[in-house]
Amino acid sequence: MELVGILVIPLLASGLSLLPLGRRFAAPITLLATAIVLGLALAVAAEAARTGHVVASGEWLTCDGLGALVLLLVAFVGFTAALFSWGYIAESVKRGGHKSIRQYYALYNLFVLSMLLVPLLANVALMWIAVELTTLLSAFLVGFEDTPEALEAAWKYVVLTTLGAVLALLGFLVLYWGSRVAGLEPFTWVGLVEAAPRMPPALLWSAFLFILVGFGTKVGLVPMHTWLPDAHSQAPASICALLSGVETTTVLYVILRLFPVVGGAPGLDARPWFVGFGLLSVTIATLLLIYVRDFKRMFAFSTVEHMGIILVAAGLGGADAHLGAAYQMTGHAIAKSFCFFAAGVTVLGVGTQEIASVRGLVRSSPLAAIALLAGGFAIAGAPPFAVFVSEFVILKAGLATGQYIVVGLLAFLVVVAFCAVMVHVNRMAFGTPEHDVQALTLPRSCKLTLALAAVPLLLIGIYVPAPLQDLLKAAASAMGG
Amino acid sequence: MNGPPVLLALDALTGALFLLTALGVVATRQVLASLQLFILQSLLLTVSAVLLGIGLGSIHLIAVAAITIATKTLLIPWLLRRTVSAEVYRTREIERVLNIPSSLLIAAVLIVLAYVVANPLLSAVELPFAQINLPLGIAAMFLGTFTIVVRREAVPQLLGLLAVENGVFFAGVAIVPNLPVIAELAAAVDVPVVALVIGMLTRRIYARLGTTSVGELASLRDN
Repeated sequence: MELVGILVIPLLASGLSLLPLGRRFAAPITLLATAIVLGLALAVAAEAARTGHVVASGEWLTCDGLGALVLLLVAFVGFTAALFSWGYIAESVKRGGHKSIRQYYALYNLFVLSMLLVPLLANVALMWIAVELTTLLSAFLVGFEDTPEALEAAWKYVVLTTLGAVLALLGFLVLYWGSRVAGLEPFTWVGLVEAAPRMPPALLWSAFLFILVGFGTKVGLVPMHTWLPDAHSQAPASICALLSGVETTTVLYVILRLFPVVGGAPGLDARPWFVGFGLLSVTIATLLLIYVRDFKRMFAFSTVEHMGIILVAAGLGGADAHLGAAYQMTGHAIAKSFCFFAAGVTVLGVGTQEIASVRGLVRSSPLAAIALLAGGFAIAGAPPFAVFVSEFVILKAGLATGQYIVVGLLAFLVVVAFCAVMVHVNRMAFGTPEHDVQALTLPRSCKLTLALAAVPLLLIGIYVPAPLQDLLKAAASAMGG
Repeated sequence: MNGPPVLLALDALTGALFLLTALGVVATRQVLASLQLFILQSLLLTVSAVLLGIGLGSIHLIAVAAITIATKTLLIPWLLRRTVSAEVYRTREIERVLNIPSSLLIAAVLIVLAYVVANPLLSAVELPFAQINLPLGIAAMFLGTFTIVVRREAVPQLLGLLAVENGVFFAGVAIVPNLPVIAELAAAVDVPVVALVIGMLTRRIYARLGTTSVGELASLRDN
């Protein structure tokens, strides 16, 4: 029943947001709805972790460990970003332009709903449609600021990710073809893992490549990443948190689901492709991180880097590396959404996204500076944050299986990326301001979001509660570890 | 599964025309002509779905044909007329990155590539209609993608995207003639929604910037 509730509530909230009751109701309704969804997602995740079973509601909605982890992350960022939106979007609308608060919240709820659907839908064909909907429903949220840059970003985002999704569709059709040849009736992930050894390898392999390239576009894997820094830097900060923090993870989840399917077929090995695409993404993202001039773009490139790291971790293989991948997904979603909240309040404070024009932020806006520093440390992977621990786990797992070259390269790139992010963030926080910036009072909901989101950010690297540990293990085993 | 030879021959003819329309979308100079070629291509997709529906005795494919007619030849042109009529119906040349001869040369390479991609699949599983539809569908996908790359205008890029989608369905009707109805319905909803979202976005770009040359938008660059 929880699963049905998770899907019905955002739909209701979306409808209620559109009611002409006045613009003031849309934000609290959305916040309430996302809070309930987060509660339900916690219950589902706890059940999946405790019993190790698949939580199901009929034959259409199912949720195993990996699905529950993604569900929980989407619900969490959906809630914090809704809280952040309350003050941030009101402020943004005050500054003019062609913007509608009710339309924002109606689309916001539907966008979150589409991301919640991806890990829940049992039928793989329907899941493809949910992924496609994440793009279509968020297109106008990306272009919400109504500036030429935002519209350009929205255009690239829709055209390129839809093109990717259509390429992936051919992959899924070929996968369905293969599953029919193998005599599989319901087209589900569980069924695919089971049927993989009986599928013609040529079909499975082509399907895998089409889906990897197609959905890899939406994850932001290099060289299909070109739209990502635009969309993830031009959208309102609350939407950036969702796009970078969880939308990428949701689509990466689909690619990770293919790993045990391909692994089950004799003679096929997806691992070199995962490692290759992953390392290429980390390399290019690291180079771009060094030369970046816009701090929201910086966090966007960091997303490309992290997606690459998770893909490499999956490709290294083995239970430990997969546990590291699940942990990295969690750490990244929490830290990246926090980074964009910090970037959002910084933009409110200084009115620019250019790194070079922001100096001495600690003096003009101490809260924004502290948040940026904390977010920067967390996402770059400084101890004791979760990303440090998960990267350590991944590197150690790679060493244990003797993949020295991959591990060495990954470790080097991670350190370079760490330095790049820290140099940029330090320059913004400290130094002397070029001109006086008047201190701006930040919206209360934004401050509250930062305080609230900081709790898991600080805790999860030091202390992982037992149920979350079980959930991560369940997620790792669903990846075939 | 073996279809009667006459149906196979008719499907091969449809496939050849289908590929020609995809090439036409690459080469044409006018926005309106691109739209008309897209409608023609959708009609050919319908014809192929009906032929396969008869040949394989699949009622699903007749449903696909009906959905294609309704969404791609009626609904999408109507949506485009509503959202971006000025752009579609003003007769003028489309800006392009490459000239037509070199575009067609690359298109020829892409068609060969499509056969290279489809070949291992076709030798793995014996399926008569797929021998025609799969490589031609993949070729149409590649040509549509190529159109998106070389066109700098919003509406031609959208039509390229829809041509890619047509290519996927052209291959799809042959390889999965029995996709669950629910997936068909959902796909039927998806295509017009793509057109609607992109059409509305185009209108907003036009209202805000006074142009739909999306290729000219280049304020977001890395160094």
